Amino acid sequence: MSDRIKVTVDGIDVEVEPGTTILQACEEAGAEIPRFCYHERLSVAGNCRMCLVEVERAPKPVASCAAPVAPDMVVFTQTDSVKAAREGVMEFLLINHPLDCPICDQGGECDLQDQALGYGGDASRFDGNKRAVEEKHMGPLVKTIMTRCIHCTRCVRFATEVAGVPEIGAIGRGEDMEITTYLEAALDSEMSGNVIDLCPVGALTSKPYAYTARPWELKKTETIDVMDAVGSSIRVDTRGREAMRIMPRNHDDVNEEWLSDKSRFVWDGLNTQRLDTPYVRRDGKLAASTWNDAFAVIAEKINGKADKLAAIAGDLVCAEGQFALKSLMDNLGSPHLDCRQDGAKLSGPRANYLFNTTIAGIEEADALLIIGANPRVEAPVLNSRIRKRFMMGQFPIAMIGAPADLTYDVSHIGAGTDTLADLLAGQHGFADVLKNAERPMILVGQAALTRDDGDAVLAAAIQLAENSGAISPTWNGFNVLHLAAARVAGLDLGLLPGEGGKDTAGILQAAKSGDVETVILYGADEIAGAALGEAFVVYIGSHGDRGAHRADVILPSAAYTEKQAIYVNTEGRPQMTERAAFPPGEAREDWKIFRALSDHLAVTLDFDTVEALRVKMFAVAPHLAQLDHIEPAGAPQAPEGGAMTSDAFGVAVEDFYFTNPIARASATMAACAKAKGERAPAKQGTGSHG
Amino acid sequence: MSVRRLHATQPESFAFTPENIEWSKGQISKYPEGRQASAIIPLLWQAQKQEGWLSEPAIRTVADMLDMPYMRALEVATFYTMFNLSPVGEFFVQLCGTTPCWLRGADDLKSVCRKMIGEQGDITEDGKLSWLEVECLGACVNAPMVQINDDFYEDLTAESFEQVLTDLRAGKEVATGPQNTRHTSEPEGGLTVLKGTK
Repeated sequence: MSDRIKVTVDGIDVEVEPGTTILQACEEAGAEIPRFCYHERLSVAGNCRMCLVEVERAPKPVASCAAPVAPDMVVFTQTDSVKAAREGVMEFLLINHPLDCPICDQGGECDLQDQALGYGGDASRFDGNKRAVEEKHMGPLVKTIMTRCIHCTRCVRFATEVAGVPEIGAIGRGEDMEITTYLEAALDSEMSGNVIDLCPVGALTSKPYAYTARPWELKKTETIDVMDAVGSSIRVDTRGREAMRIMPRNHDDVNEEWLSDKSRFVWDGLNTQRLDTPYVRRDGKLAASTWNDAFAVIAEKINGKADKLAAIAGDLVCAEGQFALKSLMDNLGSPHLDCRQDGAKLSGPRANYLFNTTIAGIEEADALLIIGANPRVEAPVLNSRIRKRFMMGQFPIAMIGAPADLTYDVSHIGAGTDTLADLLAGQHGFADVLKNAERPMILVGQAALTRDDGDAVLAAAIQLAENSGAISPTWNGFNVLHLAAARVAGLDLGLLPGEGGKDTAGILQAAKSGDVETVILYGADEIAGAALGEAFVVYIGSHGDRGAHRADVILPSAAYTEKQAIYVNTEGRPQMTERAAFPPGEAREDWKIFRALSDHLAVTLDFDTVEALRVKMFAVAPHLAQLDHIEPAGAPQAPEGGAMTSDAFGVAVEDFYFTNPIARASATMAACAKAKGERAPAKQGTGSHG
Repeated sequence: MSVRRLHATQPESFAFTPENIEWSKGQISKYPEGRQASAIIPLLWQAQKQEGWLSEPAIRTVADMLDMPYMRALEVATFYTMFNLSPVGEFFVQLCGTTPCWLRGADDLKSVCRKMIGEQGDITEDGKLSWLEVECLGACVNAPMVQINDDFYEDLTAESFEQVLTDLRAGKEVATGPQNTRHTSEPEGGLTVLKGTK
């Protein structure tokens, strides 16, 4: 482009957009600039002064993070004066910073430590007392040691700008400035853990991880999160077999570099309540058993009665396992199979159940209608993306369903289907907003789809998207927000009732009436035990939760950090997890369990390796082979819906911290739920304050 | 200066008087729609005028009036030392201890405060007096001086200062400004130059 500006950094010419900061231009030229307060995804504060550079003809060093480039600017980042300036800044920072690196959790991954290596003096010239700051309470996740704070204000800016809960601030001034929350309340955010990553020093650290490990003794495995359907990129740090912590990885199209608190702090759930050996119920009591014994018990129940067998897949299971289950059911000839344990009315063409706009695409939308969803608790990272778009301005958002504080301005236009019908008939003002928008988005949540009239609601939403011009060759504004990481893969692979088969509701009914005698619960834990009647229940899963309590046979499987497996997020993006640790005890990878079981049922599955399984799976769903690539799904097609009942939409996620078996096993999540419950009821609303 | 914290014991609630609510509306209307937060300092100041100090409920009330997060209002209240975060006496003495006043005897005035009131921040039992040492109040030419509520009392000696405090406490009228024979900041003992010109 012609209006790009030429800048010379350390003798290297680069061309950058006007308005770029000197720091960004330096990075473009490959020069590394130390910084504390500057962060790409936050506003510029310019208060740490560590990024000083020399600019030709400028009388003083310039803070490169806050200064825009000018044409033909000549920048030096490695001169003696730059080094002297940064050493001066560093000396001031270290005056009040305690020398407690040996007992600091940030040690080994501390920006201040790293940069002090380059710019720190060998001794301090300051012989007064260092200042001491009282600890601040910030809830069960964030541990504070405020004496270490260097006042970069990254946490303040994150809470205000990204999380949308302006509760962190700096009180006092000068030497007495302190970072705290209002009256030291726990941060009311599902994204609060991110301040730990943002803190360049050890002032804000992870409370559950405190003093448990050092970064250099951990094995780091880059994998994918399954706590929600966003599929955030994460890194699992393990020591031996034990997961020690979970950190986000950058993925610009999915989670940027944020992570929800549930995804980040759930790791203790991976180490507790684990199923590590097969169990068989004898005389009403579950007793540890062996694989062969357990398989024999199952075979006895199923052989010859395959038509009385049903299977339900759960929320955290992988594509490979679901494919193996489907193959097993096909081989047995049972059509009673469903991957929608919540009863959502989703099936049909892929576009009907995907987040077609994509998460990154939210930034291009110019109007949004939320139907029966609370993205703040259903997908906090995705909610941050909506907030990011909201902060850019010119983004009207309306919502139908249970009212909720989403951290941005939303006009709540109705509680249920009546409003949706009004919109469809063009009798509501927001219908025009959608129509006049160039790229409108409609987001349908599970609360709108897990109803008896879910088909009708889905049809109405698709119809509304078509009427509003949300579906065109260049823009797809119809979106379904899933809650379960497993769901899209399950739908892609067709884990749905076959010819004459029963869906989840039908299976439960049949289990009660005795038409179905054996139910395989594959990680399906959201079904009340009593709903299964007298049926013989085989539970395959990783945690001793609701499913396992009801089970007659338990087959222990691997959790998401213990297998290499494909998960498809709500956008339809297949991503592969990596094994960070081995499953405990006798637990095995999911597909191996189905493969071994098939032998005992005399319907051997014809794959012996996971690679062979994937070849077959990719034949059914070729798009799964293209990892991290979204295969556009085309236009959604309104299903035959029938009529909508006029009930209000419910709430899909009652308690953010307890949505799945791993979270329910986590003591940290329990502490978070407790802290949230204890929060003063007279809370101030958040959100519109930018 | 030291770390400023909210007072340990806080009142249950705070409410502006009807007149102050009217006054606040006027202040808020000075700013364009969406920029009401700009009125934070006048409103906090008015709340302090009404109560003598800023309580947590007062800060919260002001934040609500301006539709801004509580934390943002607390930041402002703790930043400016002119906001009292603890209760003060009916007559709140701000005693200048900066160099010019100090050279002219601010320490003597401090001794008077200690004798008559107590340590900094203490309030006398009758609730009439409290004092705080502050930095330069910009009246060095009449040093040493104190500010009591909205008024300056200048050219003080230990005796005259004690008299001022005693009179204020007794509810007597006290002339503000220099407490010796000076007229404003003119030379002590009358003019010394430009006397002949008519």
